[in-house]
Amino acid sequence: MELRDFTINSLRQRIKAREIKATDVCHASLERAEKLTDLNAFITLTPDRALKQAAEIDLAADAGRPLPPLAGAVIAIKDNMVIRGVRTTAGSKILFNYKPPYTATVVERLEAAGAVIIGKTNCDEFAMGSSNENSAYGPVKNPWDRERVPGGSSGGSAVAVSTGIALAALGSDTGGSIRQPASLTGVVGFKPTYGRVSRYGLIAFGSSLDQIGPFANSVEDAALVLSIIAGRDPIDSTSSDAPVDDYLGAAKGDVRGLRVGVPRQYYGTGLDEEVRASVESAIKKLEDLGATVVDISLPNTEYAVPVYYLIATAEASSNLARFDGVRYGFRAEEADTLKSMYSRTRDQGFGAEVKRRIMLGTYALSAGYYDAYYGKAQRVRSLIERDFRNAFEMCDVIATPTSPTPAFRLGEKTDDPLEMYLSDIYTITANLAGVPGVSLPCGFTSNGLPIGLQLIGRRFDETTLVRAASNIEQAIDLDTKPPVEGL
Amino acid sequence: MRDKYEVVIGLEIHAQLKTESKIFCSCSTRFGDEPNSNTCPVCLGLPGALPVLNRAVVEMSAHAALALNLTINQESIFSRKNYFYPDLPKGYQISQYDRPFSERGWVEIPTSERNESGHAIEWKMKRFRIHRLHIEEDAGKSLHEGMRESASKSYVDLNRSGVPLAEIVSEPDFRSSWEAYDYVQYLRRALQYTDVCDGNMEEGNLRCDANVSIMPRGAEKFGTKVELKNLNSFRFLQRALEYEIDRQIAAVESGERIIQETRLWNERDSKTYSMRSKEEAHDYRYFPEPDLPPLVVSETMIEHVRQSMPELPEARRRRLIEQYSLSPDDAAQLTDTRTMADFYEATARASANPKSAANWILNELVRELKNTGTDISASPVGAESLGAMIRKIDDQTISGKMAKDALIEMYKSGKSVDEVVSEMGGGQVSDEGAIREMARQVIASNPRQLEQYRSGKSTLLGFFVGQMMKASGGRANPQVVNRVIKEMLEGEGQQN
Repeated sequence: MELRDFTINSLRQRIKAREIKATDVCHASLERAEKLTDLNAFITLTPDRALKQAAEIDLAADAGRPLPPLAGAVIAIKDNMVIRGVRTTAGSKILFNYKPPYTATVVERLEAAGAVIIGKTNCDEFAMGSSNENSAYGPVKNPWDRERVPGGSSGGSAVAVSTGIALAALGSDTGGSIRQPASLTGVVGFKPTYGRVSRYGLIAFGSSLDQIGPFANSVEDAALVLSIIAGRDPIDSTSSDAPVDDYLGAAKGDVRGLRVGVPRQYYGTGLDEEVRASVESAIKKLEDLGATVVDISLPNTEYAVPVYYLIATAEASSNLARFDGVRYGFRAEEADTLKSMYSRTRDQGFGAEVKRRIMLGTYALSAGYYDAYYGKAQRVRSLIERDFRNAFEMCDVIATPTSPTPAFRLGEKTDDPLEMYLSDIYTITANLAGVPGVSLPCGFTSNGLPIGLQLIGRRFDETTLVRAASNIEQAIDLDTKPPVEGL
Repeated sequence: MRDKYEVVIGLEIHAQLKTESKIFCSCSTRFGDEPNSNTCPVCLGLPGALPVLNRAVVEMSAHAALALNLTINQESIFSRKNYFYPDLPKGYQISQYDRPFSERGWVEIPTSERNESGHAIEWKMKRFRIHRLHIEEDAGKSLHEGMRESASKSYVDLNRSGVPLAEIVSEPDFRSSWEAYDYVQYLRRALQYTDVCDGNMEEGNLRCDANVSIMPRGAEKFGTKVELKNLNSFRFLQRALEYEIDRQIAAVESGERIIQETRLWNERDSKTYSMRSKEEAHDYRYFPEPDLPPLVVSETMIEHVRQSMPELPEARRRRLIEQYSLSPDDAAQLTDTRTMADFYEATARASANPKSAANWILNELVRELKNTGTDISASPVGAESLGAMIRKIDDQTISGKMAKDALIEMYKSGKSVDEVVSEMGGGQVSDEGAIREMARQVIASNPRQLEQYRSGKSTLLGFFVGQMMKASGGRANPQVVNRVIKEMLEGEGQQN
């Protein structure tokens, strides 16, 4: 059985017709995961939990009971979302043994909708990274070229979906951590509007930027999963009570009259020529389908990277203060005072990139520097938000490359954090402005690496993104199965 | 020496708001439960958990703010105060910084210096300004002793983590320890009146830090301030301030410079000790809490709270003086708590004798309550019952002396004044004929005392009155007895 031959809905129909058993699907998924351990996409597999959930679906199917929308869909969860009793590390040594006593809202919603949670995927430590090389559990490899990174920080989730271990996966996106790995592995990755999906149970990195979203092999599946996890959660004060639209239905609409904005700032230096060509041709496809292309400007884009690395790190420096060795997780044993217990625990428990960002964020918030750094960054952030508001007066959706380059080599940028940070140059603006964005495959480089197109929409206008993405997907009709044995 | 210097004190009060559940989760705020039993992912600061503001906290804070004449900001912001401590599970405390819940308040209250025996010298009205009141969560508690392995370990109890607090910051308006003392007393009373805080310093639901400095009298610039902590009772607060003022004056007089630092009051030694200097002071790196939207308080809600505000202690004290012609001291005592004031006013009404009601409560009932450790709200003698008793005195059914005994009996048994009086053999005897008859017998059976009285030993009047009261079982109307026996002792003498 090959999971990539199914959509979530087609699988559900087959299970409902009792042509396929959810438990068999689950076994197939687990076998594939075992076979592909060298990709290192998972930190923890949860076969017992998965098989139990699958068996319940089979029971319901056998009894002729109606099946929920995600019935039997094997879904992987990024390891920065908590599941009761399941080890949750966030890719960090400091949580190497942490088993949370509660479950994230998104996971509860998926399971209530019949999803089979297969395991926890590898990621950059505390979601800080663009290559998945910052995981304490080793890097994830790109199935298109195992010498290359899958992107980050949700690299494991992207790879699990790309290789057909899971039909969908959840990632989190603070500056591009869903869209960039989706782009580098040839899958669909959706970052919803800030507040669209509950963050309850997501281990925070940058709280005002973090948003959970789905990976899938089709726009339709991503839209379906999004429709399950979206909506107000009373225990996340930042979640919105804006009504959840019919994302699945939106996939069926056409794009005639849709105004597609192309911001010149996203096509400047640093953009790989093949990526540019591929993205431009995808935009051309939209035009062919009846959309209008408009030149737009997002003038404050050049400040996005510095603004992001001040705000995200400031929030992170505070969010990560709780990892102190006092209550859970790793604790350095050789300390003899409270202070040395703290510093040794955090020195040994955190990786280099996390420490770098904690220090950067601590500095940005320090007395005497706050106004010049954090305060100013917040002011520029509101200018970036305004850029988007202005742009959306002229267009309905913005089309850009997701990442300036295709997947780069493992180790290629690990010595140059600034270079690494630039991988997110096209994605972080959407987080700063709180607007939704989706990356979908739009082509390949000459050496066969996937290229992603990013579409950015108005706040809470996920439907337009789904509609546009779905139209491009059908028009381009790519084969996005990576060269992996059995696919 | 004191006269050369002016003292400047500012106070920061943490008042625990008496909500059922914590500020950002639904855990109970109950005190004294098994350590760490009232906890959940939110107040344990577990990764991924998020805060949701308890609306009851906003309501109570609004009551407190209005009681202190503060202006409530339509929009206020929660901020994170970052520091590491084992009983602070998130590594930050959710508090308010830039835009607090409320600002610019004041109280105008009586204050007085005290003489050596602690008695007020002269009460004066003074206005103290309040800088702000903001909302925050409490931290947990570190337990260094009393646990199984306390010798080698420290323990953490997070039951208190996330308990709601209102932090009330005064302006530096206090010029003596007694002003500070009177202010905190008043604040406690105001918070109790509005039913938002139990106000018990010993139990820690009202906590106080003070900033103290001195400057040469008449100077414009304040001296270097020292922060005092660990002031866990009203008495400690006043004594610590006194000690610190003396310490600073002595230091300055001997040519030392006061350094900005935090000092801890040690009750056992009656001294303050340095805890940390400014150089070691924390940089809390405040920034707006991204997990909580701004707190918006509508005009409607403020109006609603305003409508439900009780009369505040100072206003009530003044009204009691005015309305019932009470002395300022009595009025102050009777408005110490809202239940006391309610009890008094109900008794005043029921008795139709407000002055007498005040005396009976303050002199007799309060003593019984104190002896039995009972709060006035649970007094076995209710306001109606006490009022009825006072009426019986006023219509001469019973004497004041009888009433004292009756009240004790009423207090013990919970019976009404009528029941108790009838058990005592009936009301007082005022009938002059009956008393005259009784007097005749008393005089007849004490011829020797009669002789002495008549030969000029007029102090023996007391003896005869006593005999009369004894003979009547305490029921004879003392005024009638006095008049009648005097008349008979002297009048009959003349006849003979």
